[in-house]
Amino acid sequence: MPSVLASVPTFAIEGVDAREVTVEVDARRGLPAFTVVGLPDAAVREARERVRSALLNSELEFPLQRLTVNLAPAWVRKAGASFDLAIAVGVLAASGQVPASALDGCAVSGELSLGGSLRPVRGALPIALGCRAAGIRRLVLAPEIAPEASLADDLEVCAVPDLRRLVELLHDRWAPEPPAARRRAPAQPADQLPDLADVRGQSDARRALEIAAAGGHSLLMVGPPGAGKTMLARRLAGILPPPTIEEALDITRVQSVTGGADGLASERPFRAPHHTISAQGLVGGGTRPRPGEVTLAHRGVLFLDELAEFARPALEALRQPLERGSVDIVRGQVALRFPARVLLVAAANPCPCGVGGQRCECGVLTRERYRARLSGPLIDRIDLVCQLAPVPALALASDAAGESSTTVRTRVVAARERQAARSDATGAASNAELASGATRSLVPLDGPAARPLAAALDAGVLTGRGHDRVLRVARTIADLAGAEQVGRDHVAEALGYRAVAPGRTAAA
Amino acid sequence: MSGACDACLRRGYLIGLLSARIAGLTGRPGAPSELFALEDGALCEAVGGAGRQEGLAFLGRFEPRRARADLRHAGVAAICRHHEGYPKALEDLSDQPAVLFCRGRLELLASIDDQPAVTVVGTRDATPYAIDVAHDIGRGLGVAGITTISGMALGVDGAAHRGALGVRGATIAVLGGGPDVPYPRSHRDLHRQIGESGLIVAELPPGQRPYRWSFPARNRLMAALARMTVVVEAGEASGTLITADFAQALGRTLGAVPGRVSTGAARGSNRLLREGAAVVRDASDVLDELFGAGAATSLPIEIAEPEIDPLERRLLDAVESNLDIEAMSTFAGLPVSETRAALGQLETRGLVCRDGLFGWRRTRRSPGREVSGPRA
Repeated sequence: MPSVLASVPTFAIEGVDAREVTVEVDARRGLPAFTVVGLPDAAVREARERVRSALLNSELEFPLQRLTVNLAPAWVRKAGASFDLAIAVGVLAASGQVPASALDGCAVSGELSLGGSLRPVRGALPIALGCRAAGIRRLVLAPEIAPEASLADDLEVCAVPDLRRLVELLHDRWAPEPPAARRRAPAQPADQLPDLADVRGQSDARRALEIAAAGGHSLLMVGPPGAGKTMLARRLAGILPPPTIEEALDITRVQSVTGGADGLASERPFRAPHHTISAQGLVGGGTRPRPGEVTLAHRGVLFLDELAEFARPALEALRQPLERGSVDIVRGQVALRFPARVLLVAAANPCPCGVGGQRCECGVLTRERYRARLSGPLIDRIDLVCQLAPVPALALASDAAGESSTTVRTRVVAARERQAARSDATGAASNAELASGATRSLVPLDGPAARPLAAALDAGVLTGRGHDRVLRVARTIADLAGAEQVGRDHVAEALGYRAVAPGRTAAA
Repeated sequence: MSGACDACLRRGYLIGLLSARIAGLTGRPGAPSELFALEDGALCEAVGGAGRQEGLAFLGRFEPRRARADLRHAGVAAICRHHEGYPKALEDLSDQPAVLFCRGRLELLASIDDQPAVTVVGTRDATPYAIDVAHDIGRGLGVAGITTISGMALGVDGAAHRGALGVRGATIAVLGGGPDVPYPRSHRDLHRQIGESGLIVAELPPGQRPYRWSFPARNRLMAALARMTVVVEAGEASGTLITADFAQALGRTLGAVPGRVSTGAARGSNRLLREGAAVVRDASDVLDELFGAGAATSLPIEIAEPEIDPLERRLLDAVESNLDIEAMSTFAGLPVSETRAALGQLETRGLVCRDGLFGWRRTRRSPGREVSGPRA
C-alpha cells in the first residue's frame, strides 16, 4: 500500500499577526507510530494524545499505521494546542476518512477535547485576516470564536462544534449556520463612557484635552492630588472620534490575540498601567513575546498616572514606540512587530509636596530633583502641558455642569475631518503625525502667524524640535477654530501649552 | 604678590595632612577652633594616635621648595599671615589660618581691608524667591563696586556669586576643600568662572576634599573677611546660621532678608531679624547699613520699560502672584485659551518665562507691579 500524504493549512500567532503553517501528515505501512516534527513545543507534542482520543471518541478510525506529522515551515516555533484540529484533519485525510479535495482552500484552527469537540483558540481575527491574505476561502473554528473571525471580509467562516460535524461538513452532508455577528459599523459608545459634563471647573485641562483629542497630541496634566487628573483622562476616550472600521479591526486584532475580543471593538482602549510596571510590561516581550500595555492601548489612550514614579528604564523603552507607532521585539530567532499607535496622556503632581502654586513648601533643590525625574526620558515626546487647579468646594457643589463629551466630540470630529481632507497633501492622518517638512509648509514662516515663533526662537525659549511641535499644535488649534490659515493667536496658544524641559533654574 | 614663609606653608600642608583625622575630633567641644590655635607640635599631639606619628614625621621632612612647585603647577597661590596681602580682618580670629590657598585675582583679598566686602549666604534648598533676592543682592553689590563673598554652595550662595559675575562685579568664593576642587561638582562652571574673574580662597591645600568640619571652618573665614554678613534664607537648623553666629561674635554687622513666616524655609533667617539683625531687602539696604543711609548708591540697572497694555499688566500681576492658569484667566477676565495665548505672547517678548515644567514667572525685564495684585 503506497503512502498517503495530506496537507492542511493552519496558523500560528506571532505578535498580533497570524503566520500560515502547513500541517503535513504522512501515513504509511509499518509499525504503528505517531510522531510530530517541525519545532513543536511540549503542548504540540501532547496533541498526539488528544488527537487519538478525540478521533476514537468521535467514532472515527485512528489508523494503525506509521504516522508522521510535519509542521512547516520547520523554523517557526510552534506553541500551544491550536494545531490539534489541523493534525486531526490531516490524519483523517491521510486515512481516507475525508476527501482530500475538500481541504483545498480550507484552513482549520482549534484545540480538541478528548471527546472530540472543538475548543476556541486565541487570535481568531488575525487568523481570519491571515486566511484572506493567503487566498484561503474557508476557515473552520470553534463556534465561540466564529463571530470574531467573521469580521474579516470575503471569508466563509464555519462554526463547527465537534469532529463528527466537521467530517460531515467536509463530505458536504452538513452546513453550519453562518455566524451571527457579521461585520457592522462600530456602535456609538458615547453613552456608556464617563462624560466630561461630570467634571467641574478645570477649563485649562478641558481645553488641552480637546486639543489633544483633535490632533492626537500627547498631553501632560499637572495638578495636586484629588484635582481630577485620572477622571479627566478617562473621559478622553469619549471625546476622541469613534474608531473607523479599519481602526476597530486593528483594536480587535490586539484584543483577539490577548483573548479579550467580543465582536468588533466599538470603543478605543484606555490603558492605565500602574507605575510599578516593568519595561517589558509596558512595551511587550517575554520568551514567548506578549504585547505590552502600549500595544494594548493601540489606537486608544495610554495613561501614565504619577509619571515621576515610573522606573526610568520603562519610560526609556516607551520612546521608540511613541516615535514609530510600533514596537520591535527580538527574542532569539524571532523578530516581531507589535502595533503601538497611542495617544499618550500622563499625569504628575506639581512638586513632591503635591500642593504646588502658592502654598508649596518645597525648596528649589527638592523641586529641581523632582522635575529632573519628570523631565528625563519622556518630556520631549509631550506636546501639551496643562495645569489643574485644586477644585474649591464651591465649584464642586455647584450644579453648573461643563460641556458634555458629545458636544466636544462634535468639534473634535470636525477638526479631524479637516485633517483628513488635507491628508493627501500632507501624508499624515492627524496633525501629530505631520512630518516636519509638512509642518512648515502648513504655517507660512514669513506670515504674521510665525512672528511669535520667530521671536521665541530668537529669545532662545524655543528649540528647533520644540518649534515643530508648536506648529503641529497650532495647526490643530486652527482646525478646532475652523480656520483655513494658522493665525497668530493659534501659534501663541500653542506656545502657551507647550512642554518645556526645565534646565537649571537659571537665576539670570 | 603671592607669598608665604616656609613655616606657614608647612602649617597649611600639615592641616591638609591631618584633615581626615581632624574629622574624628570635631565631636569634641571647641574643636577644631581650639585645635587650630595650637602650635604645630601641639596640634600633632592633640590629634594623637597614628596622626601624631605621621604629623611629627611630616614636620621634619617637609620641603618648602617642592610644595611651592606643586602650588605653581596647580595654579594656586599661597598667602601667609606674615605677607602684606593677607587680610588684617582675619586677625580678629583666635584661630586664624596661617596660610590661605588662593586662585584668581589676589588683589581682591588685599583690598578687603580698605574696601568693605559683604558675605551673602543662605540655604542650599532655597525657595525661588530667595534665589532671586540673592542674585539681585550680588548684582547690586557688583554694580556698587563691593565684593560679594559666599561659599559657592547650591542655592543662595551660587545665586549671589552669579549675580555679581553677571555685572562683572568682584566676588570671592571661600571653599571647604582645596581651592582647585570644585564643590559641589555641579558648580564646576561657576568654580572656573570665579577662578578666572573672581577669587577662590581655601584653608586646605590643593587637592583636598572638604570634610564635615571644614564647612563651619570656612564659615568663620567668610564671616571674618566681610564687614557685613547677609543671610538670605535659612531654616531652623541651617549651617548658614553658623556663619551668622561667627559674624556676630566677631562684631560684624549682620543682616537678613525677610522670608515668609508661614513656612519653615525662612525660620532661621526670620529669627535673626527678630533678634535684631538688619532688615535687608536689596543691595541698597546693605549699602545703607555699611556706609550710612544714602551715602552710597548702587547704580540703578537700566531696563527699557516695555510697552504693556492693561490686560498684559493684569496677567503679569497674576503671574507674580503665582496663580494657576485657571485663577489667572478669571483674574484677567479671559477664557483659558486666550490666557494661554497671551502668556505665549508675553514669553516671546521675554516678559515672563517658564518656571520649571509648567507654571510661569516674571523675568527681570518685566516692569514692576503698579497696582495691587490679586490676593489668594
